[in-house]
Amino acid sequence: MDILNAIVVLSNFVLIPALAYGSQIALGALGITLIYSILRFAHFAHGDIMAFGTAFVILGTWGLQAMGVSFGPLPTALLALPLGIAVIILYLLLADRMVYRFYRKVKAKPMIFVMASLGVMFVTNGLTRLIMGPGERRFDDGERFVFSVREFREWSGLAEGLALRSSQVITVVVALIAMALLFWFLNRTKSGKSMRAYSDNEDLALLSGINPERVVIITWAIAGTLMVLAGTLYGLDKSYRPFTYFQLLLPFFAAAIVGGLGSPLGAIVGGYVIAFAEMGITYAWRRFFNHLLPDDWAPTTMLQIIPVDYKFAVTFAILVLVLIFRPTGIFRGKTL
Amino acid sequence: MTFAIRNIFLFGLMALALVFTGMYQSWPLALTIVNMALISAIMALGVNMQWGYAGIFNVGIMGFTAFGGLAAVLIAMPPVPDAWAAGGLGAIMGLMLGAATIFAAIIVYRKMAPGKLRGLSIALVIIVGYWITSMIYGPATHAISRVNPAVDGYLGGLGLPVILSWPLGGLMAAGLAFVVGKVALGLRSDYLAIATLGISEIVIAVLKFEVWLTRGVNNVSGIPRPVTRPVELQTREWVQALAERTGLSVSEMARVVELVSYAALFTIVLAILIWLAEKALNSPWGRMMRAIRDNEVAARAMGKDVTRRHLMIFILGSATCGLAGAMMVTLDGQLTPGSYEPLRFTFLIWVMVIVGGSGNNWGAVLGAFVIWFLWVQAEPAGRWFMDTITSGLGPDSDLRNHLMTQAAHTRLIMMGAALLLMLRFAPRGLIPER
Repeated sequence: MDILNAIVVLSNFVLIPALAYGSQIALGALGITLIYSILRFAHFAHGDIMAFGTAFVILGTWGLQAMGVSFGPLPTALLALPLGIAVIILYLLLADRMVYRFYRKVKAKPMIFVMASLGVMFVTNGLTRLIMGPGERRFDDGERFVFSVREFREWSGLAEGLALRSSQVITVVVALIAMALLFWFLNRTKSGKSMRAYSDNEDLALLSGINPERVVIITWAIAGTLMVLAGTLYGLDKSYRPFTYFQLLLPFFAAAIVGGLGSPLGAIVGGYVIAFAEMGITYAWRRFFNHLLPDDWAPTTMLQIIPVDYKFAVTFAILVLVLIFRPTGIFRGKTL
Repeated sequence: MTFAIRNIFLFGLMALALVFTGMYQSWPLALTIVNMALISAIMALGVNMQWGYAGIFNVGIMGFTAFGGLAAVLIAMPPVPDAWAAGGLGAIMGLMLGAATIFAAIIVYRKMAPGKLRGLSIALVIIVGYWITSMIYGPATHAISRVNPAVDGYLGGLGLPVILSWPLGGLMAAGLAFVVGKVALGLRSDYLAIATLGISEIVIAVLKFEVWLTRGVNNVSGIPRPVTRPVELQTREWVQALAERTGLSVSEMARVVELVSYAALFTIVLAILIWLAEKALNSPWGRMMRAIRDNEVAARAMGKDVTRRHLMIFILGSATCGLAGAMMVTLDGQLTPGSYEPLRFTFLIWVMVIVGGSGNNWGAVLGAFVIWFLWVQAEPAGRWFMDTITSGLGPDSDLRNHLMTQAAHTRLIMMGAALLLMLRFAPRGLIPER
C-alpha cells in the first residue's frame, strides 16, 4: 500500500491533464453560454471560429519567430494573442453586421439564427483551411516542462514520476485570469450589468435605456476573446488541427448545458465536470490500484471503464443524464 | 399553373447543366454526379421530413447515414468462419448482455419507488452488468480481431445480395433514432441538436474502433455489387456496338453503362420514396404534422400527442438517411469509417434542404442536385479562381503555391455563402412549400 505513489500517478495521468482540459472547455463553454443568453441562439460556428482565430495566433507566432522575437521560457504564441483576438472580434462583428443583425431586426425564430450560424461555420471553415490547410500545425515553443518525470523522481525519490508541462500551467493561469476578469466585468461594471439585465429581461432592459446593439457588440467581443484564448491554449497543450476544433463543439455545448445554459458559473463548473469525467472514465486505473491495494489484491485487468476512443460517449452520457434528471442544468439555467 | 412550369424549368436547367458537364467534361463524371446527387436527394428527403414537416432539428445525419452504411457490410460480405469460431458467439452475447443491463436498469428505475435504495440498486445493476458484459465481450472481440488481421479480423457478413442491405440500413437507422428520440425528443430543439451531434460522433467512433464488426480504419472493401462490373461489360457485344455508335471508347462506354444501371436503381428508390412522402404530406397525417410544426401548443390543445408524432417522424426521417447510407456504401463498394465528416455528411445535406426549399419534397431533391453539382464543380472552379487572382505573382511565389494547393477548400466558402444568401433573400428556397 502506497498512497503517495497512487496520488502521484493519478495526478500525472488524470488530475493535471483534466484540470488543463477542463479550463479549455470552460473558456469555450463560457462563450457559448454568453452568446446564448444575449443573442438567444446556439452558436454552431463556435469551434470553427476558434480554429480561425487560432490560425491568426499561429501566423503571428511564426511572424514573431521569424523576426527573432521570443518570450523567454513562455511560448511566443502568448505575444501573438492580441493579433488573433483583434482579428476575431472584427470578424465576429462583421458576421453580425452582415448576417445576424438582419434576423434580430425581423425577430426571426432561434432556429433561423442557428441555420445562419451554420452558414458562417461553412465560410469560416473554408477560410481556415484556405489559410492553414487541413493538416496538423505545431506552434509551441519556449520551455516544455516546469518539471519533468525524471526531475520529479530525483527530487522526491518516489517510484512514480510526475510531469508538469508549462502549457498546462499556462492554460490554468490564463483561464483563471480570464474568468476572474469576466466576473469582475459582469458584476462590477456598468456594461456588464447592462448585459446581465438584457439577458434577464430584454423588454425591461430596453425600457431602462440599455442600447441592445451595444450589448450585442460587447458580447461578441467577449466571446471572441474567449474563443481565441481557448483555441490557443488547446493548441499549445495538445495540437492544432481545424477538424479537432470543430469536434470540441460537443464538449462545449455539453459543458454549457450541464452547468445550465446562460449561467457563466455553470459553464465553468460544467467544463471541469466534463473534463474530469472524460479523463476519469477513459483512464486505465490499474496502476493506481496497484499502489493502493495490498499485493495479493492487485487487479488483473486494465480497469479501464471504456476505451479512450469513446471519450465522446462520456460527454454524451453526462449530457443525457442531465437532460433526463435536471434539464435546467446544475445552476438552473434558462428553459425556453 | 405557373408554379408547375417554374419547377419544370428549374429541373430542366439542372438537367442541362449535367448534359453540358457530360459533353464538355466527360460522361462518367456527369453520371457520377447524378448518382451521388440521387443518394443525397434521398438524404435530403429524410431531413426534409424532419425539418420541413415537423420542425425537428437533427444535426446527426452523418451518424444515421454511417450506421445504415454498416448494413451493406453485414448483408453482403461473405462470413468469416474462423472469426465466428474464435468469438462470434461471445461478441453477440456481449452485445445482448449490454443491452440487457440497460434494460434491467430502466426496469429498476421504473418499478422502484424513488429514494436512495433505488439509486443504489441501479448502480449495482449497472456495475454487475458491466462487469459480466466486459468479461465476455472483451476477450471475444479481441480474439476475432486476431483472426487473419491483414484481410479479415472481423466477423464478415451474411453473404446475401447487397440490395437487401438498403431496407436493413433503414431499419438499423430507425432503431438508433428510436433510442435517441426517446431520450432527447420532447425537450427543447437545441438539446436535440446537441444530442444528435453527439450520437453521430459516437456512431463514427464505433465504426472506427469496433474492429470485429467493421474492420475499423482498415476499411471493408470489395463489397459485392448489384450491377455488372465494367471489366465484364467491355466484353459484351452490345456494349461494344453502343461504343461504336456513340464514339466513346469501349472502356468509357462500359463505365457509362455501369453508372447508368446504378442511377436506374437509385432513381427507382427515390421515386418510391417521393411518392410515399407526397402521399403522406397531403394526407390528414401530413396536415397534422404541419399543424404541430406551425403551432405546437395549439396542436397539443387539440389533443395531438406531439411527442409521439415527433418521435415517429424522427424515426422515419432517420430511416431514410440510413437507407441512403447503405446505398452510398453499395455505390462506393467499400465502408471507410475514416471518411465520414460532419461538414460533408450532415451540414451539406442541410444546405441542400434549405437551398431547395424546406417543407417541399421536390425542393429537397432539386436542392440536392444543385448543391452536389456545385460541390463537385467548385473544386476545379476554385482552382481556376485562385489561378486567376494569383497569376500576377509568378510561378515561384509561395503564396500562390499555397493558395493553389488549398484551392479546393473554396467550395466550403461557396456553400456557406449559398446557404446565407438563400436564408436571407429566399428563405423559402428554390421550390417553396405550397
